[in-house]
Amino acid sequence: MPEMEAVIGLEIHVQLATRTKMFCGCELSFGDEPNVHTCPVCLAHPGVLPVPNEQAIRYALQIGAALNCEIAPRSIFHRKNYFYPDSPKAYQISQYDIPICGAGRLGDIRIHRAHLEEDAAKMIHVGESGRIHGSGASLVDFNRGGTPLVEIVTEPDLRGAAEAAEWARLLRETVRQLGVSDVNMEEGSLRVDANVSVRPAGSAELGTKTELKNMNSFRFLQRGIEAELTRQREVIEAGGRIEQETLHFDPRTGDLTPLRSKEEAHDYRYFPEPDLVPLAPSEEMLREARESLPELPVARIARYEEMGVPGDVALTLATDPRTAGYFEDAVGVAEGIEPRVLANWVTGELAAALRQEDVEGGAADSRVTPAALATLVRMVQEKKISHGSGKAVLAALVVEGGDPEPIVEREGLAQMSDSGELEAIVEKAMADNADAVARIREGNEKAIGAVVGAVMRETKGRADGGEVNRLIRERL
Amino acid sequence: MTDLLQLTALEAHEAMVAGGLSAEEYTAAWRDAAAGDGLNAYLWQDGSSEEAGAIAVEDARLAPVAVKDIFCTEGVPTTAGSKILEGYRPPYTATAVRKLLEAGAPILGKTNMDEFAMGSSNENSAYGPVLNPWDRGRVPGGSSGGSAAVVAGGLAPWAIGTDTGGSIRQPAAFCGIVGLKPTYGAISRYGMIAFASSLDQCGPLTRTVSDAALLLGILQGQDPCDSTSVGIEGGISLPTQEDLSGLRFGVPAELRGDDYDSGVRAVFEQALRKIADLGGEIAEVSLPSSEHGISAYYVIAPAEASSNLARYDGVRYGMRAGGDGDLVEMYETTRSEGFGAEVKRRIMLGTYALSSGYYEAYYGQAQKVRTRIAEDFGGAFASVDFVVTPTAPSVAFELGEKTDDPLAMYLNDFFTVPMSLAGIPAISIPAGLAEPEGGGPRLPVGFQIAGPAFSEQKLLDAAHALERGIGFDARPGGADA
Repeated sequence: MPEMEAVIGLEIHVQLATRTKMFCGCELSFGDEPNVHTCPVCLAHPGVLPVPNEQAIRYALQIGAALNCEIAPRSIFHRKNYFYPDSPKAYQISQYDIPICGAGRLGDIRIHRAHLEEDAAKMIHVGESGRIHGSGASLVDFNRGGTPLVEIVTEPDLRGAAEAAEWARLLRETVRQLGVSDVNMEEGSLRVDANVSVRPAGSAELGTKTELKNMNSFRFLQRGIEAELTRQREVIEAGGRIEQETLHFDPRTGDLTPLRSKEEAHDYRYFPEPDLVPLAPSEEMLREARESLPELPVARIARYEEMGVPGDVALTLATDPRTAGYFEDAVGVAEGIEPRVLANWVTGELAAALRQEDVEGGAADSRVTPAALATLVRMVQEKKISHGSGKAVLAALVVEGGDPEPIVEREGLAQMSDSGELEAIVEKAMADNADAVARIREGNEKAIGAVVGAVMRETKGRADGGEVNRLIRERL
Repeated sequence: MTDLLQLTALEAHEAMVAGGLSAEEYTAAWRDAAAGDGLNAYLWQDGSSEEAGAIAVEDARLAPVAVKDIFCTEGVPTTAGSKILEGYRPPYTATAVRKLLEAGAPILGKTNMDEFAMGSSNENSAYGPVLNPWDRGRVPGGSSGGSAAVVAGGLAPWAIGTDTGGSIRQPAAFCGIVGLKPTYGAISRYGMIAFASSLDQCGPLTRTVSDAALLLGILQGQDPCDSTSVGIEGGISLPTQEDLSGLRFGVPAELRGDDYDSGVRAVFEQALRKIADLGGEIAEVSLPSSEHGISAYYVIAPAEASSNLARYDGVRYGMRAGGDGDLVEMYETTRSEGFGAEVKRRIMLGTYALSSGYYEAYYGQAQKVRTRIAEDFGGAFASVDFVVTPTAPSVAFELGEKTDDPLAMYLNDFFTVPMSLAGIPAISIPAGLAEPEGGGPRLPVGFQIAGPAFSEQKLLDAAHALERGIGFDARPGGADA
């Protein structure tokens, strides 16, 4: 049997952080007392009409611009009809055949579409499982009902669970940096469903997919997809067939259980929402959406990579725009130092020092100025101090701020420049560690570490490791 | 007292503004008259119960209005003629009603109607049929039958109703009064309980064309609460036109068949001659798609209704039945006990028309017909100013005559539905009396004039001239006098 390739597409619901709901003036909220943010419109009283939230449209256009989507000149709202208490009108206003955002791309993954809709109310099923089955009663909280949502649908371009989770993180970071959503998975302001299938590697046809829901963290997203891919491969290897179904992820057990088919046997009877006119964004709205875009993670990563920063470090910086700004400030004052080296210091040594000293916030909020960091890195690069001393100076800078030079002087950390003094220490260390020297001579390269360590202890780290190595080998 | 009630709403308004008429006295006279409702036309009256003064108006300077019970009125029962909304008191007021109150028009009461505006005879009301003031054995038309009957029967100086496929014009014709369906979008639909959202439009039912103009001027306007509302640019002035010279009136070639009552045709043709007398020109126009209007309408309207009426589920307001069972049982019991037969029929029709696999064949096709009908009118208005037809194929029919034959009932809308589908304004004015096909005392016949979208001013001006020319002054003898 050929190897089975994973084919994954994601459907991401993003709650927009507008002040009010999608079609009425009620304020958005999270965690307030139930049913306090309601009005005749979002409770679907007789005779009410929806009025689209302009800010939500602007946010959707920003998301469309960030995902390089084609924007529809006239998109249409439809009614998606279904009976359930979370939907007071018994239909959801959504977009169907003409979404506001059409085909686009984020990184290597193609976007199928992104459309505007309203969120359902929140159902609370009383009972142990928290699910409707086996529940004695259900309560409805209409606070969430009518919250603006953008649903982003990808093409099935993802080829693994880890890749899916990583891309979802990139999307979240992108949307977060637009400032249009809280993108909090635990609070449900970002919800990621996955359509998962497998097929023989190299096949162009899509296998039967299942839809995975309720994965409220990236870790669970990855775990859920992994579990489903394993299940599907086992079913197919056993000669079985995949049934199209919706699976509910249980975060406590990691199990996937099918939703009852009755719950998904829907004919939504979509038709154009007669209470709304086509959504035709003005030139001004389109321009504003484009011009309001900050430099997004994908662009930042590409730019840093061009500067020679490795991909993983670029990604770390791109997901933290303030630290990225700090890094760029340091690059600006660090003549002759490669950005790659500075990036490593910012995301490595400096981040570690901040953690070590329990400093809240990132580099940009710390007492270490970009200029001080650049000076310090230059001192290390020019071998004025050792790398180890550099870390010690950084720890001091995190606590007291200021410039590195006085600290180097005060702590006596300047690299040993008197070669005669270092030679004497090396010779003494070799004599003190005769065993190790013997093992080196027998070809055990690792044994040199003991001698180097003794030299470093003696010099309090001021010696240059490379120089110490050279001096030891000269004397073997 | 009776003299006061003889004033048109415009005359009363002018007298109140000039100071010669006390608004309190005038309103009280109408409240007394309304209290004598023997037509089952009111479902609720302000001032007749412990709810006196429930809808307050500060500076009354307009005649009090009877409001179809499809408009939400805060704290005041609003049923849309349905049992499913029995006891429902909305937490808000419809824009149209708010505008009346702000303009200084007290609300007399809420009028009976076909359930959710589905009907052409008012026999579909959960609260019993309204009786026609001209002959209490006959229907007043529908669905705004209560609003038409109160104006014709001396129970209100004027009224507002809604028209989806003829629900203002046909009852106005059956009751011998003026009924105007404005252009779709002229008046806000906010707070008007939805039947078919793409067709529903509020409008006046009045004794005279001038009263209709006065009321339309108050009601029209863009409303931030209704995305589909646009208002009428320039507003509406009172009509003064007295002749029709230079105006061309198109009679659809397709509507000239023998498929409507001869008495109606006689009155219609008499009105055409009157148009010519007033200097107007009669021409023939072609509206080839209009004959499919009823078919398209009875797909589109039920489809939208099936969705609009899905919210009546017993969860949040109104009637609840089967609440001790599970969710589905509550839905099913509430809806089967709460809705009447015609509403259920249309929900079934509409659900079917929208269902997967049938959508294109029904809803999609009906929308194409709708587009064609609008194009037909567009073509006609290239050569004429107005299209004219009888408002209804017959005079008011007898109670119970068509209740067992939904198709015969639906054909009542034959002349009015095309304008609704095209979204254009149309007015029905009383043009004379005719004997019913089966014999009996003569009953009013309506004459319908339709114009291009947002041509209300021109339409009212022409209707005013024709109204003067016809000089219809018959009054029902059947109402309490």
